[in-house]
Amino acid sequence: MNPMKLALGPLLYYWPRQATLDFYAQVADSPADVVYVGETVCSRRHELRLEDWFEVAAMLRAAGKEVVLSSQSLIESESDLKALRRIVAQTDFRVEANDMSAVHLLTGAGRRDWIAGPTLNIFNPPTLALLAESGATRWVAPPEMSGAVLTELLASGAPEIETEVLAWGRLPLAHSARCFTARHFNLQKDTCEFRCLGMSDGLVLRTREGESFLTLNGVQTQSARVHNLLADLTSVRQSAQVVRVSPQGEHTIRVLELFRESADGQLAPQEAFRRSAEWMVEAPCNGFWHGRPGVEQYVPS
Amino acid sequence: MTSNSRIELVCPAGSLPALKTAVDHGADCVYLGFKDATNARNFTGLNFDANAMREGVRYAHDRRRKVLLALNTYPQASNWTAWTAAIDRAADLGIDAVILADPGLMAYAQKTHPQLRLHLSVQGSATSYEAINFYAERFGIQRAVLPRVLSLPQVEQVIANTGVEIEVFGFGGLCVMVEGRCALSAYATGESPNCNGACSPGKHVRWEQTPNGMETRLNGILIDRFGDGERAGYPTLCKGRFDVNGETYYAIEEPTSLNTLELLPDLAGAGIRAIKIEGRQRSPAYVAQVTRVWREALDRVMRDADSFKVQPTWIAELDKISEGRSHTLGAYYRPWK
Repeated sequence: MNPMKLALGPLLYYWPRQATLDFYAQVADSPADVVYVGETVCSRRHELRLEDWFEVAAMLRAAGKEVVLSSQSLIESESDLKALRRIVAQTDFRVEANDMSAVHLLTGAGRRDWIAGPTLNIFNPPTLALLAESGATRWVAPPEMSGAVLTELLASGAPEIETEVLAWGRLPLAHSARCFTARHFNLQKDTCEFRCLGMSDGLVLRTREGESFLTLNGVQTQSARVHNLLADLTSVRQSAQVVRVSPQGEHTIRVLELFRESADGQLAPQEAFRRSAEWMVEAPCNGFWHGRPGVEQYVPS
Repeated sequence: MTSNSRIELVCPAGSLPALKTAVDHGADCVYLGFKDATNARNFTGLNFDANAMREGVRYAHDRRRKVLLALNTYPQASNWTAWTAAIDRAADLGIDAVILADPGLMAYAQKTHPQLRLHLSVQGSATSYEAINFYAERFGIQRAVLPRVLSLPQVEQVIANTGVEIEVFGFGGLCVMVEGRCALSAYATGESPNCNGACSPGKHVRWEQTPNGMETRLNGILIDRFGDGERAGYPTLCKGRFDVNGETYYAIEEPTSLNTLELLPDLAGAGIRAIKIEGRQRSPAYVAQVTRVWREALDRVMRDADSFKVQPTWIAELDKISEGRSHTLGAYYRPWK
């Protein structure tokens, strides 16, 4: 089996400045090979400004990490575009394009080293080929894509390109113009008082029977359950060269270590999965990978 | 662009009778889909086979109206040829434009049918002129349908910076999430708008009268519960009542419809080229009512935007057929966000 690169996805929550900086100081010493940094969810979040993210990126690179600047997933305003142009204009780091605006700017700048992010809706070989021809050298499969569909896609004349799969974390399921955290507090987004700050794992939404269902994270809606492919790592690695862990409020480094040990053959997949129970904020799910409802925890027979 | 430019009224047709109704009541364009997963309203009993579509195109073209075909889901390696065959059929049938979301399909359409007009679907999630101009440069799209996320000034900003015609949603069911970026239904049911053309599909829905009231479930997940005096709505996942921090409410959105009638002069002034009515899953009676009201409103705006006033009878008529019998301006109005 190919060596596996372990990636830490962008931080999707809004943490206080010092907590964020402390977290990335730990990441510098973690087994992650690739680290995606930057604010991808909400342009109003400002504990770290773009310059601060550049500094975090430089620190992580100095620690030996491959660093990628992730762009915002939903672009609405001219100031969103302005921030995007600054990310594209810098050439120290590769860029993860999470919207076609970013793809347009990156191709316009002649960049040939970018990553096509998970929100670009790449579902078939011609679309993947098109982005590869446009300069993408890695792509992140949409989280809702199953292992079987991914295998088929890559077997159908896919171009030379690295494939990355989200293997840990609450699933980013949807983006909206509306902020659901602000709504919870009867506030409007423009005057949100930054209520999501410090909700280190977002705000859990339950059914009226008390079952955890979704997580509100500002304008983003996530699963409540933790998408966990540790038990499926063998089949993930048959398609993907890069495996992504999404940061969570606590124990992210422990999770990275579990993935590393499992990939290095020191831990059997089932054992790694069993141990991960301690580090999960909610019950696990892996349905998407098995072509089933994402909420399910599916154990192949 | 002046407010006097012609704005097309684009109406939904889930069946041949709905198409004829839309044309008869003043639609400039009707949009429709094939009876399969190639479009985002893949519901049982809905949509067109080739014969019905041929008849529909003939009916519309005889009356000098246009027919747009939605092929706005994302094909995969195993079913790719079903989508390209649908594009070929559209070209053969004389469809006026295809509405696409997938870049691979756009490249196919451009190469195979260079005369075929391409519209970027709302499912393409293009919310900025940079994104729209990418599709224009690469695939020659001539129109883009904006996701329901931008405020009015943001819509103006898009129009000022692109040569692509802009179509916006005017009325109908309201997606709260950015279209094309929502996997909520896939998470709950395994079927998504992106890949299966369905959100909260009927076969996963269960209605159950319980001692606690009428409960609506989606693949077993409780979406809402209704008391005796309440009208139980369809369990669209994002429009249920949920518990957050001990408070039960419509945490994502109420069951409500988008209605932008009052913004029509502003939208016209911004330079939109088309306004879209949602609802291919709705009856011909819905299509008749909503098309009639919007035809009248649009004609008045194009005649004289300054003196345009929303007629109370229009609102009354539209509220009758709205989800939850209420309406909102959605993201066009900033405080909604």
